[in-house]
Amino acid sequence: MKKVFQSEWMSRSVDALLPVFATLAALLVGAIMLLFLGVNPVEAYSALWDGAFGSTNSIAETLVKATPLLLVALGICIAFRGNVINIGGEGQMVVGALLATWIGLTFTNAPGWVIIVLALSSGFLGGAVWGGIPGVLKAYFNVNEILSTVMMNAIAIQLMNFMLRGPMIDPAQADLASKIPQTARLLDIFQLPRLAPTRLHLGALIAVVLAVLVYILLWRTTLGYRIRAVGQNPHASRYAGINVPRHMVMALLFAGAFAGLAGAIQVYGVNYRMITDGSASGFTGSAGFNGIVAALFGQLHPLWSIPASILFGALLVGANKMQRMVQVPSALIIALNGLVVVFVVSSEIWRRYRQHRRLVAVRDEESPPPPDQAEVQKEAQQ
Amino acid sequence: MISDLFSTTVLIGILASGIRLATPYLYAAIGETFSQRSGVLNLGVEGQMLLGSFAAFYVTLITGNMWLGLLAAILVGAAMGLAMSFVTVNLHAKQGISGIGFYLFGLGMSDLLFQKLVGTVETVRGFPRLSIPVLSGIPGVGDIFFNQNFLVYGAYLLVPVAWFVLNKTTLGLKIRSVGENPDAADSLGVSVNRIRYFTIILGGIFSGIAGASLSIALLNVFQQNMTSGLGFIAVALVYFGGWRPLGVLGGALLFSMVNSLQLWVQVLGIPIPSELAVMMPYILTIIVLVAVASKIRAPSALTKPFEREG
Repeated sequence: MKKVFQSEWMSRSVDALLPVFATLAALLVGAIMLLFLGVNPVEAYSALWDGAFGSTNSIAETLVKATPLLLVALGICIAFRGNVINIGGEGQMVVGALLATWIGLTFTNAPGWVIIVLALSSGFLGGAVWGGIPGVLKAYFNVNEILSTVMMNAIAIQLMNFMLRGPMIDPAQADLASKIPQTARLLDIFQLPRLAPTRLHLGALIAVVLAVLVYILLWRTTLGYRIRAVGQNPHASRYAGINVPRHMVMALLFAGAFAGLAGAIQVYGVNYRMITDGSASGFTGSAGFNGIVAALFGQLHPLWSIPASILFGALLVGANKMQRMVQVPSALIIALNGLVVVFVVSSEIWRRYRQHRRLVAVRDEESPPPPDQAEVQKEAQQ
Repeated sequence: MISDLFSTTVLIGILASGIRLATPYLYAAIGETFSQRSGVLNLGVEGQMLLGSFAAFYVTLITGNMWLGLLAAILVGAAMGLAMSFVTVNLHAKQGISGIGFYLFGLGMSDLLFQKLVGTVETVRGFPRLSIPVLSGIPGVGDIFFNQNFLVYGAYLLVPVAWFVLNKTTLGLKIRSVGENPDAADSLGVSVNRIRYFTIILGGIFSGIAGASLSIALLNVFQQNMTSGLGFIAVALVYFGGWRPLGVLGGALLFSMVNSLQLWVQVLGIPIPSELAVMMPYILTIIVLVAVASKIRAPSALTKPFEREG
């Protein structure tokens, strides 16, 4: 019996380390690419490390970059656990940010904290609507959510370009020939307070608190339990009396809401205005995609998503330094992020294999307990 | 002004560029149709297109030969398809997510290589206009259909060929059976894995050509994230077209015609916000997806990895 537990512990730790191996493999491939480009990989990676953690300021920058990644990742944890795939983070961030910015530019007489609370909640709601639409389409009209979220991204980009070039354009820009698509700057009292004499802002703290709340939601509440049950086995969930379509919608609502909040925080904590170059990434910095990477890396666990987001925040910040020091375009990091995703999802097969072996080992050791049907039903009916 | 839109020359211009702009959608979406009919959702199309586009551009720039450029795009697309096949067929990775991984890889890699190897905006001499004798002389129709370049004609030829292969050949039957019921196909001696490798690599090749059609036939330049979501739309077009080449053609034309109209509206200086026009095909796609979802069934084994029982 003891031996089984030992090997189980071993095999579980290997599972937990799989994303680390995946990242190391991606960095190794990156090193080979650097060699081909005639760059010393050691020099490039040490510039990257230095750029991400070399000084107080760079650590703060890393955390600032990690904040939207973590928020998006939290939504992704909920969605993917509910077995719905949300590719719409970019659009949800944009819509949340648009709504939040509109609040701050319209109600200029209100006290600062009122506007901040109002703006962040409207970002949350705006994102929820943008995620909820594909959710309803999937749950009730059988429309593939991957496609609809991609379409919603494209629609959000055009909405953003229209608003920032038209109704919401900075009055100063409207008179200029350049017409940079950006809004006016938020009043100083509406800006999220800073946590240290760096650019680190309250949003980072909000994201960490939310990570704990999402953990509680997923593993300590009936709603979270049901979302996970629907994700694991929709048929069994339906027999257990769970309203499957409603929980699919909930999963996408949450995913959208957290991305929308990420967008709002990006405006109120970092840029103090909404600005774009005409593409979604011009505003989001691709956080809607990179948040997926961080969530996968954190094994779809909200608390593990915290270090995962910091890691990818660090890669993004460090990439800029690497570009300056050794002239390697920061696009390398995007390519490596892609490889991390591919490696992580590919390595799942070993985890499933070992999970299977663990089950067999336990079954050989003792006769297996019957599946907890009674408990499933009891919890579902609560 | 708005009335300018209705002059004959402008209408011919809109239709001709609409026909031309459908090219990348057609290659990518027809390729994707093959892989989806065999049960594999390849979401990496955008990344394959970007790398194919860069490869075609770079090789054409260096050698001055667009055919070599096209070949490079084909090879790059095939290599990406091979990697995707291994990951989804052998390692059973989740198709949607691994596709996003390949997208990010293509996005970053094409940008990295462009900045390192080219660096500045350069134009290449791509596929020239190839007028079809006699037909191109027909007033109106000639300019719309028969004054295009080689890759445009190829895209439209691909539609009936794909229809024929999928519906009238043994290979097509095997592809469809693998996508509908891999267990049954396997028991009848069809190699599920081999068929899927074939269709995913084929999809990669066509995505590569789709990318090349942008960089060495339609625009003759390369820039960062040049496809800007085109590959994702191509995936949606497969659903839009109900997994049939003819339906895909309809969807591709819808997108390209609206795009072309929107470009001309801007050129003519008509004061309609172009963003709202660009938004329309996406909204329409969602509506069509709702309509299609209840009527046309996706291949049963779509996104499901195949594993032999036992």
